[in-house]
Amino acid sequence: MRHGSYRFVASFLAIPLALYAIFVISPFVQAFYYSLTDWTGISPDFKFVGFDNFRTLANDSVFRQALGHNLILLIGLPLATIFLALVFAYLLNVGGRANAAGVQGVRGNGFYKLAFFLPQVLSVPVIAVIWATVMTSTDSGLLNSVTKAIGLGTSEYLANPDIALYCVLWVLIWGSVGFYLVLFNAAMSGIPKDIFEAAIIDGATRLSTFFRITLPLLWDTIQTSWVYLAILALDAYALVAVMTAGPGGPDNSTTVMGLQIADNGFQYGRAGYASAMGVVLFFLTLIIAAVMLRATRRDRIEY
Amino acid sequence: MTVPVQIDVEDTSAKPAPAVRPAGGKDRAFSPVNVFSHTVLIAWSVLVVVPFLWAVIASVKSTGEIFGDNPWALPKELLWDNYAKAWDKGVGDYLFNSLVVVAGGVFGTMLFGSMVAYVLARYEFPGNRFVYYLFAAGMMFPTFLAIVPLFFVVKGFGMVSTYQGLILVYIAYSLPFTVFFMHAFFRTLPTSIAEAALVDGASHAGTFFRVMLPMAKPGLISVGIFNVLGQFNQFVLPSFLSPERPVLSQGIATLLGSQRYENDWGTLFAALTIAMVPVIAVYLVFYRQVQAGLTGATLK
Repeated sequence: MRHGSYRFVASFLAIPLALYAIFVISPFVQAFYYSLTDWTGISPDFKFVGFDNFRTLANDSVFRQALGHNLILLIGLPLATIFLALVFAYLLNVGGRANAAGVQGVRGNGFYKLAFFLPQVLSVPVIAVIWATVMTSTDSGLLNSVTKAIGLGTSEYLANPDIALYCVLWVLIWGSVGFYLVLFNAAMSGIPKDIFEAAIIDGATRLSTFFRITLPLLWDTIQTSWVYLAILALDAYALVAVMTAGPGGPDNSTTVMGLQIADNGFQYGRAGYASAMGVVLFFLTLIIAAVMLRATRRDRIEY
Repeated sequence: MTVPVQIDVEDTSAKPAPAVRPAGGKDRAFSPVNVFSHTVLIAWSVLVVVPFLWAVIASVKSTGEIFGDNPWALPKELLWDNYAKAWDKGVGDYLFNSLVVVAGGVFGTMLFGSMVAYVLARYEFPGNRFVYYLFAAGMMFPTFLAIVPLFFVVKGFGMVSTYQGLILVYIAYSLPFTVFFMHAFFRTLPTSIAEAALVDGASHAGTFFRVMLPMAKPGLISVGIFNVLGQFNQFVLPSFLSPERPVLSQGIATLLGSQRYENDWGTLFAALTIAMVPVIAVYLVFYRQVQAGLTGATLK
């Protein structure tokens, strides 16, 4: 390293680091500080209240409902998304014709990936508005017209507190599958062919090569996906805020932690309390990411 | 925002899939597996594409037709007027706001992101790892954790509902992924060319802008597309930081409320179509780069 390079490094880092410190790091740090105060967000005066906010939080029934909803999403979203994406990626890769050259990927491979990935590039409000109207609760709603035609009857979807949350979950799954399909598909294509050839010589079937070869070699990718989907499930704010009545309704049946943070921080004048919720969400995210990485850890297979 | 990792611009899907077959199989054009595969895959394609197509068709229908006896019927006449009404409702302004903020945000993100990534990848200095992990940590957590204090930071600068406020915040929140991605990219580039430029008397900054940035073009394109889509689709940050000057995604959410109230759904779907078409066009043209840039290979 030559002389003068420190000055160069400093000049390149100064502005971006300043922006990052002001708009990302400082709000994160402040959230921890405000969580110990009774700040309203409006008045400049506030006082230090220790862990009072967290005690109140433990007995806040709406927040506990929101937490419970996030946990339902946390279980449902990764399971369903990874399962569907794996099945589709597998079908894309080995669902084609079997001939002397072996089993091929299905025709139209590119088209399927193009279509499945589409929700990923559109904004959450666009998707939320489309599904909110598709799931219109009257008989003339698009989805109801289909279910009625095939004899399943009609449903009130987002207007029914018993299933509204599962409608939100469905839209999350629907929007995520394409992304993970493309991810898994790329990972499957990256597995060297000679491994499969060796298995074929030993007389392995399609299904057993999937469970014995493909799945173990994809484990790292699946693990990473699980963490990203968990983070998405703990958020889900944007979809709930646009799609559900209220938002968070009917009758708090779809509220999530993000919505509670927004309501308390910006509507009810309880910025300190909202920050405490943010801190809880922060540690929950951290714990879940750590637990998932640890629980699903296996010996890495190099190839 | 989805924050996946790394880069692999090469599209691996073009290669034939791994060969797996019971020994001695014959050439069967329509095996049961093949038919089953297509049935399942087509069913999901329909499930994904039909809601979008329905929304686009609904943009030229009347409210009566959208929620009539048969929501599948095609419109009797094409109500282009819905688009004029959507434009008057402010969709034009929202689109303009989005374009200004994304242009500024992506330019700043790419410039600052690659500057940071470059010095972190190529220069040794005390604190290098610390700065790297500081940025990398920013990828892990949803922006929501800090939204309340962030609002007051932006308010303190008097930048709520301004272009510069949103642009600076977008840059700051896009830096982690951009730095991470470009850092990996600069590491893969050969060092000899930059060294030659320095020996010939070029400055460090000159070497970066004239030699290294042009070499990093494939990486810049991938992460650039990622940032364009991410910032254009951003909803959480502007809905709190720019309530008076909404961007397009916010405008759509607001219009859902107002059009539901006025019971004028055709206008809502016209606005929705205006919001979707540019993104879908970009996606169809660059879909390989988009998919590679967004998913990448966490697989290395």
